[in-house]
Amino acid sequence: MITIEKRKKYSIKENLLIIIISIFLSLFISSLIFSLKGINPFFALYKIIFSSFGSLYGIKETVTKAIPLMLCGIGLSIAFKGKFWNIGAEGQLLTGAVLATWVGLFIGKNLPSIILIPLMFLIGFIGGGLIGLIPAFLKVRFNINEVIITLMLNYIIEQYVQYLVYGPWKGKTQYGFPYTDNLSQNALLPIIKGSRIHYPTLIIAILLSILIFFLIFRTKLGYEIRVIGENPLSAKYAGIDFMKVTLIMMFLSGGIAALAGVGEISGIHKHLTYPSQISSGYGYTAIIVAWLAQLNPLIVILTSLFFGGILVGGDVIQTSFGFPFATINIFNGLMLVFISISYFLIQYKITFKRIEK
Amino acid sequence: MNETTFLIFSIIKRALISGTPLLLGTLGEIYTERSGVLNLGIEGMMAIGAVSGFGLTLITKNPWFGLVFAIIFGILLSLIHAFVSITLRGNQTISGLSISMLGLGISGFWGKAYIGTPLKYKFQDFTIPILNKIPFLGELIFIGDPIFYISLILTFILWFILYKTKWGIIIRSCGENPLASDSMGINVYIVRYICVVIGGALAGMAGAYLSLAYASSWIEGMTGGRGWIVIALTIFSLWNPVRALLGAYLFGGIYILQYILQQYYKISPNILLMLPYIGTILVLLLSANETLRKRIGAPKFLGEPYIKEEK
Amino acid sequence: MKNQGIETLEMKGIYKEFPGIVANNFIDFNIKKGEIISLLGENGAGKTTLMNILYGLYRMDKGEIYINNEKVNIKSPKDAINYGIGMVHQHFMLIDNHSVLENISLYLKETPIFFPEKVVEDKILKFFDKYGFNVNYKAKIYELSLGEQQRVEIIKILLGGASLIILDEPTSVLTPKEAKDLFGLLRNLIKEGKSIIFITHKLKEVFEISSKVVVLRKGKKVYEEDIKNTNENVLARYMVEREIKPLIEKKEIKNGEIILSVKDLFVKNDKGRNVVKGVNFLVKKYEIFGIAGVSGNGQKELIEAITGLRKWEKGEIVIFGKNYHKFNSKLFRKLNISHIPEERTKFGVVSNLPIYDNSVLRTYDNHPFYKGLLLRYNTIKDFSKKIVNDYNVMTPSINTKVKLLSGGNIQKFILGREISTKKDLIIAAHPTYGLDISATRYIRDLLIKMRDEGSAILLVSEDLDEILEVSDRFAIMYDGEFISITKPGELSIEEIGLLLGGMKNKEEKIS
Repeated sequence: MITIEKRKKYSIKENLLIIIISIFLSLFISSLIFSLKGINPFFALYKIIFSSFGSLYGIKETVTKAIPLMLCGIGLSIAFKGKFWNIGAEGQLLTGAVLATWVGLFIGKNLPSIILIPLMFLIGFIGGGLIGLIPAFLKVRFNINEVIITLMLNYIIEQYVQYLVYGPWKGKTQYGFPYTDNLSQNALLPIIKGSRIHYPTLIIAILLSILIFFLIFRTKLGYEIRVIGENPLSAKYAGIDFMKVTLIMMFLSGGIAALAGVGEISGIHKHLTYPSQISSGYGYTAIIVAWLAQLNPLIVILTSLFFGGILVGGDVIQTSFGFPFATINIFNGLMLVFISISYFLIQYKITFKRIEK
Repeated sequence: MNETTFLIFSIIKRALISGTPLLLGTLGEIYTERSGVLNLGIEGMMAIGAVSGFGLTLITKNPWFGLVFAIIFGILLSLIHAFVSITLRGNQTISGLSISMLGLGISGFWGKAYIGTPLKYKFQDFTIPILNKIPFLGELIFIGDPIFYISLILTFILWFILYKTKWGIIIRSCGENPLASDSMGINVYIVRYICVVIGGALAGMAGAYLSLAYASSWIEGMTGGRGWIVIALTIFSLWNPVRALLGAYLFGGIYILQYILQQYYKISPNILLMLPYIGTILVLLLSANETLRKRIGAPKFLGEPYIKEEK
Repeated sequence: MKNQGIETLEMKGIYKEFPGIVANNFIDFNIKKGEIISLLGENGAGKTTLMNILYGLYRMDKGEIYINNEKVNIKSPKDAINYGIGMVHQHFMLIDNHSVLENISLYLKETPIFFPEKVVEDKILKFFDKYGFNVNYKAKIYELSLGEQQRVEIIKILLGGASLIILDEPTSVLTPKEAKDLFGLLRNLIKEGKSIIFITHKLKEVFEISSKVVVLRKGKKVYEEDIKNTNENVLARYMVEREIKPLIEKKEIKNGEIILSVKDLFVKNDKGRNVVKGVNFLVKKYEIFGIAGVSGNGQKELIEAITGLRKWEKGEIVIFGKNYHKFNSKLFRKLNISHIPEERTKFGVVSNLPIYDNSVLRTYDNHPFYKGLLLRYNTIKDFSKKIVNDYNVMTPSINTKVKLLSGGNIQKFILGREISTKKDLIIAAHPTYGLDISATRYIRDLLIKMRDEGSAILLVSEDLDEILEVSDRFAIMYDGEFISITKPGELSIEEIGLLLGGMKNKEEKIS
């Protein structure tokens, strides 16, 4: 007979071990799936790890990709902490990208950098925050499932971005490509030489992860978020205002994810383009970034670097083996499955007993 | 047929066709949710159904084999969700999302080779004799691909099982009150497993319909969010298979509206492509109102793992 | 084994232990065909546990069960049903959103797969003919009154072929008329040769319906007698009898100002039924006012109204001299009320958060715990250390998650948290429920200490010992009303027992 009991004690060591094992299992099973196409799984594994962490160039790329993941992951940690399933980081990121382009290209193009760039981040933040309010309001007021609403908003915003780059914002200087015109120099973020790392965004991300850590664990709002997330009944007993807390929480969550979009436009692409080019699914990958970090914004720094590496490695095996873009989702999906399994193993103790007759 | 009737005819015809995968997916999710499990993995199960159906049809040269494999793959994916959410009492939202990612990932990976490959082996259109001679209606409803008919028959069968048989009562009880069901000697776990598998099978079938009948080709990301719309339609249907019919064809109509509007008005295709998603949000708003008013809500224990306490 | 009717049923030496408490302490219980046995006792006496064992919901630690002189092994409700045992739980095992027909179809083994409701409908109609009563069998359960729902449970069990029927506090949800009908039905069933076990705490009912009575107290069988040979006073004494402990040395009550007064209050429960029916009382500074009574008589809803968690229908609540006619949760939150809630782990704490976070659950936005937007964790941690030290909360540290504490320590913690910041009015619901002796002792002493220091305390408890020991005045609540307000020592234990069982006309209403 198998019995399942709640564990009385948690050991951090065991915890960490289980998570590391699940990372390796996900990597290994993904590679096994790749081997269906005749690729040596160990070679694929080696390629992923080597290309992302094995060279200076790889590390630079990893950091570049970690920036949007970090911002989205921090944003999602806030919402997930309150058990609000914001799957909309992708759309919120794109909102930031659209607004950054709008500010940089149209309304503020003659402003000096020192004003223009903060303005782009600010407007992007507000826009993403407002998008975040929609599912928050619908959830608290009408009890509508936030997963569907945030996902639908992702699709709508993706279409909107396409509409812009094919239509009204299509650049005159882009030879018919669906891009907006490039941002002028004063709207661009500085980068670390010899890389694509737009370090101001990275600094913002790291500062935010510290700030949000303090918000969640040291402020009244963070306290309210945690209580609502852990036990809505005692939140009621404590007299917490669900509407107020959820709205603020989602405004922050959406706003921070949108900062990632500003960074991608102003630091990397220099113009608005296809949604799938601006974000290679950062908003979705960030779900796992946040979850693997156990919703701790400080750990998000580490997990986003790890997943930045996975994205870089994924890109490399995609190009060298001719895999499609979606391949990375195999790993991401497996990773989530294994995290769920490891949470179970961490929480419960399973013992096997012989039945005595 | 003059031009207007032809237009109306083709709108309805195409709405029925594009509503069919939504209907199949919704039927499955209704069963899953009725038993108390929320499966957000429809998008992934549809995607894997689409690619496996297409691939196996190319190999076996018979779309029916393709369909069977699509169902099998849908089931395999759904079993992961069942295991994590029922046996391991995991978070159903997270588990469902992982299924969606996994399905989209595998389908993209697997289907790369099929991009641009035309499908030579198609379902033969099925004609219902005599009735097909009725003007207008005959061609509209009584000639069509077999999966369209299968989906209609399934709607009826699944409705019948849910409301007219003891099995239906058992399934609904597990979602409404697993404790009371358990105390009446029902194995809640097994019932939930079966229902999740039914959901997986139907989502796989829905995917196969997309690649084998609707588009007759494979394109990466061809599910295009239909899996999520299915979740919304499940709510809109008030967890009733017959009402799912209404919702699915309504959304089928929205998909077709895109083409019509594009032909006759100069609206950006991207704006039109938003319609189903905007429609989904509206539908959820409407349903929220209706479920409140009619007191027909989601199954009470939807999304909550059942933990049998040892006493 | 098939169900051939139960001629005799014997439970021998039933022993069942829950963590920290012996619920059934070697109980013998027998019933024969045609008997109605009342199982009488206060809450926590072990009645329901004993019956849940018989019905296969709990597994006994020791003991044996014989049906028709054959030893049986009842592992699950399914087995019990097969042996012909049916049970109507206090909280009905019905599926609210399903119709009566669907519920019964689910229960009956022999219903066909297809169109089960048709077959069940025929059976129900025959049943109605036979017993001459009716229920709208097409309605959904939630549309029915609790009395009707109970009838559904009984129909379900009888159609399922039960020959021994267990009813757990069946009249607690019934109107007097419904109760009368129920008794009529039970008498008919007895004539047919069924046997019935009737769990109750109401003395009147024992004499109205049963042929024999068994009294349990603190997990033991203390009395068993044919109904002809006993009387109410004897039963009341056996039910509540206890060594009258010398009352704790309590200081003389000081006359304080009125802190809480409740006037003609009516409150509805979740199902929309009035369960608090015109309650009047006041609580003064330097006073512990107790509310005794078996739970389910409206105490929960009364407390929720006073603490701002539930709307009330009619009446007014005056707290600290302020008059409230209408429910306003925000206003109430700001009031200086300590609230020790009934289901402590469900409401009172966030089990996944550490002790220090939990120490300010209801005061995090009060001084001195915050400054601007920030929480002052140093102050909070000091405060939680103080709670842990002052109130003897056994925990490795204040960083420990609350879910790792024992029930007694969680309760000490909640109590400490509540009364260390808000002392003026303390509302404690079942504060020692399920705790061991030392924790119980500790908490009662603490309440008395708070009273001596000037708190006004409202104490709701099912535990009569606690009420008698701790309170200065107390009310006995029965069916939504205070049927008596008295002082410990004024009434004999027998009289109290009679009142708890609802055996008195309402006379003295307000003190």
